[in-house]
Amino acid sequence: MAEPTIALEIFRYHPEQGEAPSFRRYEIPYREDWVVLDGINYIKDQIDGTLAYRWSCRMGVCGSCGMMINGTPRLSCAAFLREYFPNPVRVEPLAHFPVERDLVIVMDDFMHKLREVKPWLIRGQETPLSEGEYRQTPAEVDEYKQYSMCINCMLCYAACPVYGLEPRFLGPAAIALAQRYNLDSRDEGRRERQEVLNTEEGIWDCTLVGECTTACPVHVDPAGSIQRAKVTATVDWYKDVLLPWGKR
Amino acid sequence: MGEAVSRPYRRTMPATWWLTNRAYFLFMVRELTSVFIAIYLVLLLVLISKVAAGREAYEAYLTFLGTPAVLAFHVLALAAALYHSITWFNLAPKGLVVRVRERRVPDAIIAGSNYLAWIAVSALLWWVVL
Repeated sequence: MAEPTIALEIFRYHPEQGEAPSFRRYEIPYREDWVVLDGINYIKDQIDGTLAYRWSCRMGVCGSCGMMINGTPRLSCAAFLREYFPNPVRVEPLAHFPVERDLVIVMDDFMHKLREVKPWLIRGQETPLSEGEYRQTPAEVDEYKQYSMCINCMLCYAACPVYGLEPRFLGPAAIALAQRYNLDSRDEGRRERQEVLNTEEGIWDCTLVGECTTACPVHVDPAGSIQRAKVTATVDWYKDVLLPWGKR
Repeated sequence: MGEAVSRPYRRTMPATWWLTNRAYFLFMVRELTSVFIAIYLVLLLVLISKVAAGREAYEAYLTFLGTPAVLAFHVLALAAALYHSITWFNLAPKGLVVRVRERRVPDAIIAGSNYLAWIAVSALLWWVVL
């Protein structure tokens, strides 16, 4: 009996050839334990070495191999061929980002936004090392731990129609990471981050579609983090208006 | 082999993007419910102005409100308002994280308290109006 095969329809774009993007269909062996990334690696090694894509760890840790798989943003290392077999699988670069070539997107915008939210601990005054570490209770760790799991895979940006329609939007992962530090008991940088967060292009562009949370492979819940940031910013505003004499 | 060229290709979102995925569609339905609410509020404002305009104008307007098309609209508007409120209350736990003695209050209690407040306010209005 002939070995079963499955078709991958892959988005191809090679700007030096001056052509518009097109889909190319590759027939590859079907193996039950293969993920889409295995299939793409097979194409690269055996059929067409010109195919360009990003990948590294192939185990859902590095966040490099995000792609649109049948229209849904997923890590191609976590999407099994058996979920689609015997139907063909359509593979495209992550939605809403410009395409450099084939499945490789331009991620400069995300990297810039990530930096803007200052995703590091900010202290008003660093305590000297001799005074020991900053201690946290398990409850204080729980407060932000979920948001610290982000692997910067950008699936949430590809899932967010607001980002697609309004590219200035700061976006789910950057806000979730801002919250990761805002909610950290060791951090004192919330005021600084609010300048970026509490703006039209920051948290207030979000209309709570919620698909960022659905797409997230590590359960960060960016949608929840943005809504929490909205509640905090609103409470700040009321405090400002009702208690204008007091310091927040 | 051609020279490596960087000319990023930009894709545009089709106007039908919200029809491509069930979650997008349900989100859009929630957004569109606001159209029904807006029209309902206009009808309500007109009603108030008719009350001020006198008995005849008021009764003529009541006849208009009683026509099948307007009644059908109100049924639709009620459905839209319910859909909006219910989906929104169910999302409330996302934004509201309350901790009592270091334990996070369960989502069901956060959503439930929204429903309770809704019932209480509705009952109050009912009592005031009737």
